[in-house]
Amino acid sequence: MQKIKTARFKNINDSLWYMYVPALLFIGFFILYPFLNGIRISFTDWDGFSQTYNYVGLDQYTRMLSDNNTWLVLRNTLLYGVGSTVLQNVVGLLYAILLNQSIKFKAITRTIIYLPVIISPLIMGYIWYFFFAYQGGALNDIIMLFGGDPVNLLGNPDANIWIIVFVNTFQFVGVAMIIYLAGLQSISGEYYEAANIDGASSFQQFKKITLPLLMPSITINVVINIIGGLKLFDVIIALTNGGPGMASQSMSTFMYNLYFSRQDAGYAATQGVLMMLVILILSFSALIYFRSKEVEA
Amino acid sequence: MKKKLLTILAFFLAVIHFVPFYVLITTALKERGDFSSKWVLPSDINWENFSEAWEMANLGSALFNTAFITFFAATILIFVGSLAAYPLARKQTKLNKVVYYLFISVMIIPPLAALVPLYQLVVSIGLMNTRTVAILNNVASFLPLTIFLYSGFIRSTIPKSLEEAARIDGASTPGIFFKIVFPLLKPVTASVLIISCVYIWNDFQFAIFFLQDRSVHTMTVALSRFFGENANNLQLVGAASIIAMLPMVVLFLFLQKQFIKGLAAGSVKG
Repeated sequence: MQKIKTARFKNINDSLWYMYVPALLFIGFFILYPFLNGIRISFTDWDGFSQTYNYVGLDQYTRMLSDNNTWLVLRNTLLYGVGSTVLQNVVGLLYAILLNQSIKFKAITRTIIYLPVIISPLIMGYIWYFFFAYQGGALNDIIMLFGGDPVNLLGNPDANIWIIVFVNTFQFVGVAMIIYLAGLQSISGEYYEAANIDGASSFQQFKKITLPLLMPSITINVVINIIGGLKLFDVIIALTNGGPGMASQSMSTFMYNLYFSRQDAGYAATQGVLMMLVILILSFSALIYFRSKEVEA
Repeated sequence: MKKKLLTILAFFLAVIHFVPFYVLITTALKERGDFSSKWVLPSDINWENFSEAWEMANLGSALFNTAFITFFAATILIFVGSLAAYPLARKQTKLNKVVYYLFISVMIIPPLAALVPLYQLVVSIGLMNTRTVAILNNVASFLPLTIFLYSGFIRSTIPKSLEEAARIDGASTPGIFFKIVFPLLKPVTASVLIISCVYIWNDFQFAIFFLQDRSVHTMTVALSRFFGENANNLQLVGAASIIAMLPMVVLFLFLQKQFIKGLAAGSVKG
């Protein structure tokens, strides 16, 4: 008995646990505690500043399901997430294939495409605002030069979601491009030589060699982009502020409004739980699906 | 022939991707009330926009706050993160395995989804509108990734024999860590520094909630307020945007390779 005790004690000392206590405190205090507390608050009618509140059971959840805004915002969020993911991957892969060739300008082109990654999404949003703005925007300057009528893309609920997807893609396509470039460079040239001998066309080679061997890069990119797109916040604030009305709100901006403009903290926490579920389910499904497509090189 | 076409295509892409920056520059350099096309360069460059934006948007104080928060958050992150990673990488006890997976699984919690309780916590501990809360929050949010990167590196590249030799010489474990292991971690430390500096410098989601008082505004918050008040003076907003992004852009142009490598390592965080 004594022996087991000392062995266990030794084992604990062996863990050098005191070295990660500070990190555990940070995570516990700022991430785990708020995470669990958020689930609790989602069952209350808290307004965000009062000392008292009531537990209301599933009321906020039934309210969420019958709230039209929930579905509008969820649709927008999915468009941001899935739209950005598809665009960033298709465009990022095309850029990577082009810039993997030995051609002039490729270094500078890569730098310019990558540059927005290190700039705040809020600032990129403002920069594109100068481009798309109804009054004095660069796009309308061109349209009017050719005698057309100025278009108000940011104020148009059918168009502004796609403008936001475009701006988000423009900003982060550099990340996808870099990951695909690294993936392309890791594919051995022997496969292509063998395929050339067998007389396979470029398209067949792309489909049968490049794409399957690039699967790990695709997995990483899809998961990163989907999480980034579903969390979109800064760009929306900069370009449309969620408007007109609710038209371009994402789950992030909707939660922000519920909490700070409508003092509806309990409901905001409920929307937070939904957002967490949406992100987890989509990113894990994507991860599992694309992992299953990966082949042994 | 094919190569020429591809070269032209690459050049064309570079031009397209430069367009928004060109529009930003022409916007920022024009006089107020100059309604000429955004595609036309200003007839004479109006540098006063920068000093005017600097004064009006309170950018001096915002720059100080941003630099202060970024510097301290990155320093604490490197210290706490590497210290935590060492036992998790070296001592495969049951406890340590559990703790390691706890750190890693925390990465999947989207921080914004816990906004309401986090805000309540910050108010209740009296840290609203302090630079401290921005520092602590950013540290917590980047710690899992930092620990992941450090422990992976220690496991795969730092030879155990070095530490064993030091142990025979009678050095204590923390002594071994700081004198022998930490200096060898430079490549990951560089990545962690780059990831944390870029994201914390550009942070808006947290800053807009917790730094609402003008005296603690960071660059992004100051800029968003300034835009709200000056939507009709886009040239000033443009000038302020250039000032806000310049430090990171200059660093990036000088340290491009390190930036791309570091950010690729951190992209799992998204």
